[in-house]
Amino acid sequence: MTETAALMPRRREVHPDPYYPDYKTSLTRSPSLPLLSMESTPSEETGPRFGHNMLGALDNNLISNYTQGKALAVGERIRVHGRVLDETGRAVPHTLVEIWQANAGGRYRHIKDTYFAPLDPNFGGCGRTITDDNGYYEFMTIRPGAYPWPNRANDWRPMHIHFSIFGHAFGQRLISQMYFQGDPLIDLCPIAATVRDRSQLDRLVAPLDMQNSRGMDYLAYKFDIVLRGRRQTMFENKPEGM
Amino acid sequence: MTQHLDILVETPSQTAGPYVHIGCIPTFAGVEGVYPEDLGLSPIEDGAKGEVITIVGSIYDGTGWAMRDAMLESWQADAAGVYPGQDGADPRVSGFCRFAADKDSGEFTLRTVKPGAVKGRNGQVFAPHISIWIVARGINIGLSTRIYFEDEDNSADPLLARIEQRPRVDTLLARKTGEGSYRFDIRLQGEGETVFLDL
Repeated sequence: MTETAALMPRRREVHPDPYYPDYKTSLTRSPSLPLLSMESTPSEETGPRFGHNMLGALDNNLISNYTQGKALAVGERIRVHGRVLDETGRAVPHTLVEIWQANAGGRYRHIKDTYFAPLDPNFGGCGRTITDDNGYYEFMTIRPGAYPWPNRANDWRPMHIHFSIFGHAFGQRLISQMYFQGDPLIDLCPIAATVRDRSQLDRLVAPLDMQNSRGMDYLAYKFDIVLRGRRQTMFENKPEGM
Repeated sequence: MTQHLDILVETPSQTAGPYVHIGCIPTFAGVEGVYPEDLGLSPIEDGAKGEVITIVGSIYDGTGWAMRDAMLESWQADAAGVYPGQDGADPRVSGFCRFAADKDSGEFTLRTVKPGAVKGRNGQVFAPHISIWIVARGINIGLSTRIYFEDEDNSADPLLARIEQRPRVDTLLARKTGEGSYRFDIRLQGEGETVFLDL
């Protein structure tokens, strides 16, 4: 059997509180008993791998992938790019990154979204890519709109893009959200606020990246992602009791 | 002053939200034509070695309501206890599946092969199990748990042994409901709360 290295324990204090009163749905969907913590096992240290050959040419272009290139989505054209790293600072190459988002008016193409902002006939709202040898990824998309949602009487989601990342181990699995620099709604959002440490929340806010934008075409935002790392040691395997 | 620890910090999680299906299983969500098919439709292909089983269950919130909007992922070894990607793994087992609670009933179904026992470090052996990861609106960081089987020998499993309150072990055992069929319900909170994992 192939030996796998243990994952670094997850630092729960940087993550959101599972139970956060201002985000009402979390109250009945958060465990009330402690998680069972122990060292990772092969179930967490292995994980699914996906090959570049599964990708279509437009998978990472949300401006045109819904129409397969026949027509373009409405909205402010942006490029979202960055690297996937692990806690040791190493790049995570060849890992699947999936995103989904609302259209420029703040409406999702989903049966449960009933907001009256119109659907864009040329926008589906999903994209995917696989990081290159250096852990780098990029998407072309439109900037999603902010939108109201049923929570407290007048809550609005800041503009955001959902990210799903696999890494190379099932225990690295992560879903998060990218926010946009300067959006005043970030400070008012109870979902953003589930990350209690403001310096950690700031790590979800992508800066405008003019050097990587293109005149007369698109603005760029940079969003780097860090996944759990693996403990590096020569002392993993030892006889019982030593 | 000391030297600087050269360690990065994991990106904080955020809820997958109510529209997770658009990103992860778009065809299921009605966003058709972007990808040829959704990722992780089945963890096995025809001809996979081992016993094909079907696991049905629901995810209940703290009020006892079966959630209609959850998405689950599973990851498992093949029938010989070897993970996909490792030497000698069954090429017909991808080991990974994505599935969602039904929008009307809240019930999910996982059809797979029963995994074998898995060898860990230092001679540890884990009883047959399937890792489960659950995301949904209101879940701020994905919840991990495991499906074990009531008709397997779980007595020496190192993870189950760590559960102090022995009746809680039952929350991780799939109940046999027929030949090749099992029931596994997940309770997020309150009476009968499932044991969730931090591994």
